[in-house]
Amino acid sequence: MTKEIRISGFGGQGVILTAYIIGKAASLYDGKESSLIQSFGPEARGSSCSAQLIISDEKILYPYIAGTDILVAMSQSALAKFFSEVKKDGVVIYENELVDAKNISTLGIPATRLSEEEFGKSFYSNVIMVGYITAVTGIIKLGSAEEAVRTSVPSHTVENNLKALETGYNFAKNHA
Amino acid sequence: MKAKLDGVLTGVHYMDGDQAACEGALAAGCRYIAGYPITPSTETVERFAQRIPCVGGIFMQMEDEIASSIAIQGAVWGGAKAMTVTSGPGFSLMMEHIGYAIMTETPCVFVDVQRGGPSTGLPTMPSQSDLMQARWGSHGDYDLIALCPNSPQECFDLMICAFNFSERFRIPVMFMMDECIGHMTEKVVIPHPDDIEITPRRYTAKRPQDYLLYGPCDDLVPEMPEIGKGYHFHITGLTHDERGYPDMTVDAQHRLIHRLIHKIKNYKNGIVMVEADDLDNAEVVVLSFGITSRIADRAIIDAKNSGIKTGKIRLKTIWPFPDELVKNVSQKARAIVVPEINAGQIVREVERAATDRCRIISVPHYGGGVHRVETIYDAIIEGAKVE
Repeated sequence: MTKEIRISGFGGQGVILTAYIIGKAASLYDGKESSLIQSFGPEARGSSCSAQLIISDEKILYPYIAGTDILVAMSQSALAKFFSEVKKDGVVIYENELVDAKNISTLGIPATRLSEEEFGKSFYSNVIMVGYITAVTGIIKLGSAEEAVRTSVPSHTVENNLKALETGYNFAKNHA
Repeated sequence: MKAKLDGVLTGVHYMDGDQAACEGALAAGCRYIAGYPITPSTETVERFAQRIPCVGGIFMQMEDEIASSIAIQGAVWGGAKAMTVTSGPGFSLMMEHIGYAIMTETPCVFVDVQRGGPSTGLPTMPSQSDLMQARWGSHGDYDLIALCPNSPQECFDLMICAFNFSERFRIPVMFMMDECIGHMTEKVVIPHPDDIEITPRRYTAKRPQDYLLYGPCDDLVPEMPEIGKGYHFHITGLTHDERGYPDMTVDAQHRLIHRLIHKIKNYKNGIVMVEADDLDNAEVVVLSFGITSRIADRAIIDAKNSGIKTGKIRLKTIWPFPDELVKNVSQKARAIVVPEINAGQIVREVERAATDRCRIISVPHYGGGVHRVETIYDAIIEGAKVE
C-alpha cells in the first residue's frame, strides 16, 4: 500500500515539521518506507509552503506525488492550489477556521484556535494537526507519532507538543 | 582504521541528503569545512556548523567559493580532512582550485548539489548538468573521481568512500548530488564507528632528510609529510619535480602528468562502483545515476511487466566511467537508454564506449524536475524494436 500525502499552508505554520513528524513516525517507528520532499521556492514566512510525503510498504522510487490521497490544507490558497491533485477517493483535511472547505470535506479542525486556547499561542497548531491526521487517517500509529514528536522538537517543548498531539487526536475522536 | 567515535552519530535517523552528506563527512573524519552557503547545499554546512563545536573542528564561512576551495587545501596540508560544499554557480568559481588540488595532490572533497543552470538558473530545483564540468572544468590534463548518490542513505555511505578515495589517491573527489536527493528526507542508518572503515592519510615514515615531497610509492601516489614534524617542503601549482620545486621542462611535465593520470587509471577497477542487474539477456539496458536512477527503476519494472527483457546499470561513480562494462553490454543488448537531467552529457560517454555496436537512446531533461516514468518507459519500448 502506498499513500501520497500533500501538506500545505503558509510558511511559518510548521508545514514541513508536520510532514517530517508523520514521515519519521512511519519510517522509523512503524517500519514503513517514507520519503519527504519539501517544496522549496523563494518562500519565507507568510507565503505558500508545501511538503510531499510518500508512505509505502515498498521501496519508494519516484520521489514526487502523482496524485494526492491525503491533502492537508492549512491555508485557503493551499487548498486552491492543490485540490485538483486530490484523487477521487482521496481525503481533504483542513484548518476549518482558516480554510473554507465545508463543501468538499468534513475533516476540519480549528487547530490554530485550539493551540491558542490551550497554550496561549498558535505555535502548536501543526502538532495538533498531526494528532488529528493520525486519528482520522490511521496513516501512522499514535505511539509512533508520540515518539516522532519527542525526537523532533526542541527538548523544552516536548511536553507541550505531546499535549498538542493529544489535543488533535482527541478532537477527532470527540467529533467523529 | 576505524572511524572515531566522536564524529559518528550512530543510530537510525530521518534526515535529508544534505544532512546525511554532512554526517558522512563527519564519520569519515572531516573536521574542516570552508564554504559560502548556497541553495540547495546549505543544509550540509548548516548541520556541520551546528555539530562541529561538539565534535571538535572548524566551519569557516568564507567570502566566496574561490576562497573556500583553497582554504580547505590549506587545512589539509595543516593536517585536517576537509571539504567544501556548493552548487552550480559556486562550483564554476572553484574550477581553478580543483586543478590546484590535482596538481599539488591535496586530498579533499568538493560537494556539488546540482541545480538547474547555466548561471544562477534554478536554485531550488534539480539538475544533473555539472557532470562534464566535474570531469573537465579545470584546465589541463588530469583524472579524478566523481561519485553520485541516489538517496540520503547513499549520501552518507558514499561520502565515506569519497574521503577514503581522496586519501588513497591524494586527489580532490567530486561528490555530485542533485537538489532532489539533497532535499529528500528518508531513513538513514548510521553504523557504529567499528563498522566504518576509514582510509588514513598517507603520512611518510621517512626521516625528513630522506623524504621527497612527490617521490611516488609503487602505486604512483606520494606520501604526505606530517606538519610540525620537521619536514620542510614547497608546494606549487607549477609543474614540479619530486622535491616539489618548479621544473618547466617537457620531461618534468610528461612525468608528472603521466603519473597524475595513471595513479587513477591503473586502479580504475577498484574505484568504479555500479549497480548492475539483469544484463546477461537484456534486450534493452537503462544506464542512469542519481535521482534519475530511481525513476529509471520504476520504468524498468513497467517494461519488464510489458515483457521486455530490461537490464540496469546504475552508476555510483560517474568518473572514472565504466567503459568495459558498457562495451560488454553494447555487444549483447539491442539498445542502451540513457536518461539524465541535462541535455545529454553521460550519453556521450556511453556512445564512446559502445561505439556503433548498439543503439544509444538519449533521454534528456533540461532540469527543474525529474523525468516522467512514461518518458523513460517509452524510450525502452523504442529501444526494444528490431530495426
